Amino acid sequence: MLKKTLDISSSPHIYKGGSTNQIMKNVVWALLPVVLFSVYSFGLNALLVIAMATIASVLTEHVLCRLSKKESTVSDYSAVITGLLLGLTLPPSFPLWMAFIGGVIGIALGKYIFGGLGYNVFNPALVARAVLQAAFPVAITTWHPAFLPNRFSTISSSVFTWPFMEPTFDAVSGATPLSAFKFDGVTTSTAELAFGQISGSAGETCAVIIVLGGLYLIARNMMNWRIPAAVLLSAFVLSGVLYLINSEVYPSPWFMLFSGGLMLGAVFMATDMVSSPITPLGLWVYGGIIGILTIVIRIWGGLSEGVMYSILLANAISPHIDTVIKNRVYGTKRKMKAA
Amino acid sequence: MALFNLHKNTFKHGIHPPESKDETNGLPIRQFPFAPVIILPMAQHIGAPSQIMVREGQEVQRGQLLAKATGYVSVPMHAPVSGTVRKIANVPTISGKMSTGIYLEAFPSSTQEILEGKPIDPETATPEEILQGIQNAGIVGLGGAAFPTHVKLKIPEGKKCDTLIINGVECEPYLTTDHRVMLEQENDIFTGIKYLLKATGAQKAIIGIEANKQDAADHLAKHIPNDLPVSVQVLPVKYPQGAEKMLITSIMGKEIPSGKLPIEAGVVVVNVATTAEIGRLLPHGRGIQERVITITGPGVKKKGNYLIPVGTPLRFVLEQVGVDEEISEVYMGGPMMGVAVSNLNISIVKGTSGILVFTKKDVGRSPTIYPCIKCGACVDACPILLNPSKLGILAKFEAYNEMASDFNLMDCFECGSCSYVCPSHIPLVQYFRLSKRIVRKREAEKKEEVHA
Ligand code: SF4
Ligand code: SF4
Repeated sequence: MLKKTLDISSSPHIYKGGSTNQIMKNVVWALLPVVLFSVYSFGLNALLVIAMATIASVLTEHVLCRLSKKESTVSDYSAVITGLLLGLTLPPSFPLWMAFIGGVIGIALGKYIFGGLGYNVFNPALVARAVLQAAFPVAITTWHPAFLPNRFSTISSSVFTWPFMEPTFDAVSGATPLSAFKFDGVTTSTAELAFGQISGSAGETCAVIIVLGGLYLIARNMMNWRIPAAVLLSAFVLSGVLYLINSEVYPSPWFMLFSGGLMLGAVFMATDMVSSPITPLGLWVYGGIIGILTIVIRIWGGLSEGVMYSILLANAISPHIDTVIKNRVYGTKRKMKAA
Repeated sequence: MALFNLHKNTFKHGIHPPESKDETNGLPIRQFPFAPVIILPMAQHIGAPSQIMVREGQEVQRGQLLAKATGYVSVPMHAPVSGTVRKIANVPTISGKMSTGIYLEAFPSSTQEILEGKPIDPETATPEEILQGIQNAGIVGLGGAAFPTHVKLKIPEGKKCDTLIINGVECEPYLTTDHRVMLEQENDIFTGIKYLLKATGAQKAIIGIEANKQDAADHLAKHIPNDLPVSVQVLPVKYPQGAEKMLITSIMGKEIPSGKLPIEAGVVVVNVATTAEIGRLLPHGRGIQERVITITGPGVKKKGNYLIPVGTPLRFVLEQVGVDEEISEVYMGGPMMGVAVSNLNISIVKGTSGILVFTKKDVGRSPTIYPCIKCGACVDACPILLNPSKLGILAKFEAYNEMASDFNLMDCFECGSCSYVCPSHIPLVQYFRLSKRIVRKREAEKKEEVHA
């Protein structure tokens, strides 16, 4: 005898499978080698800073969900990504209490006030980074040399600074290749840059590992290749043109590509789906803006690094890119006028 | 300009769901047993329901006219079996609404011979006579739309039809109805094309078939009669290529303007099974009594392609083929656009192209819905090149008017590709169906106000 009741549902009745939470999980996988290299080159300091930023993000997400009586969204992994990315952009000897504040800010101000995952305008990790940079300008630009022999046995005193106390940094301090170039006119070799033999934020120093992580996500169709391609291409072309004009003043495009946070930013930050445009052409424009702005800030701006501000700015205009650049709808002549 | 023709033999975007056709595409069409009682709803096509011409207790012969068309956008209904009209009453339909209908009790030992009518000769008949013949045969789009075919074939004043496209794409997963029809009924198809060319005045016909049915394409190409201007075009496999507009773009490389019909581009599209039906019925002046249906899905025991009388109750069909104890959902049509059945007491109608039975574990819907992460998968899937992500967000905020005015909501033809790919499992097309209905209702209300 046949069953009396049937479930009903609206078509389609088959689905591709895969989920947002799976995508996020894979981003975490792709970031792990970057974290490991960071710990390998900067030692316990980096481990603590990254861990603290991540714990703070996840905790904040959980608490905020509970406070607003919603189910906790920690399991979608997006808070983990925010925490990891924030940790990776901080100097390895950054005070832990500041990293903690960063994690809280990233989730609370970067994401939650916009309405949670999917509604944030900016990349939450970069919001946190920007606030930290404004609040703690010294701590966030005090770099730490890589590959210190005692990196797995000692922890810099600055890391354990009491909350709201000025950190005292250890005497040793490594200039980043970008600041060395900007303020002292010294460039670093591309090979050193690509393989992370340098000083910098915890996770930005090994370009090769970052690129591999990106390629993994692109291969799994979990990252839009157009964004890193557009960012890197535009940065390369602009700095290349400048280099051709005057190689005395301007650094080589390879140096620009592999130094600072450009790789990490292009592959893991600019590609945040939520805060980037949705059409292919829109993505090229968005990436192009980031690449060009980064070089402009680096060369003519007051800062040695411009990736963060470039991405934040591009995030801000990304919704507008989507209103102006739309796919031409089938059977219509023009693109729809801007709404 | 041919040098710059970048037309790729297919339309833009679309998706590649698993085809799931292997289990039935090799099975020849088999006659299904007659059910003891046939239940025929009068509303089984788009347009006005047919008007019943018989009375309770009357004996009818298979193929006899039971109900006539009410007006132009309507078709008559013929007796699918010889038997007695037991009852005229409301019968359930798949939409959940009731429709007037006929309960027809089959004669147990009848030979079920089919009544002949006035034949229509494709050589001598005028286009009008052919269109009339198609209407009289009760023919509607068998691909699933169930729109009266003669209406679609009527070329409006001032328009010209150059090309007749025969739709043998069958892009819905699981379905193999058209595939089998193309392999087994080539003569009916070519006869049908002869009528259609005459009726539309088209110079040539192109049969569009996806590459997963290469055998059918080869078979038809081999049997094209010498005097018929027909060609077969094989297209790459992609859903929803069977949608009229997509098929025209795939074959001709041009787009149909938004809100317009294919005739704008000088094209008329007819489903291949419908074409075969025309070729089979018109030479005998008969009406449609049965159709080929793929019955398949993980929950079905005797999967196959069956020739089933219209009006056969779904419950009878499933009892005959045997279904899994754990069936949880039954769909009429394919898995992408088919409609879920709430009640097994409905019957097979002219537009039923497939019956798909899923058990609990086959239902792929995910219980967790995440927010839209703007991954763009839906944008890259939409064959109309809409932005389902944005439309989905607007639907959530009930901004229906903005969806229609700024984001082309009304161009969405509900193919479901966006919902299929969304990693956040947002019921996009489900939102859009609702939104479209609301927009249409609002527009109708506005019109009423103007007239009042
Ligand atoms: S596929 Fe889903 S999550 Fe991705 S952009 Fe579209 S609606 Fe958003
Ligand atoms: S259902 Fe509508 S919006 Fe979604 S892919 Fe199909 S046409 Fe596009």
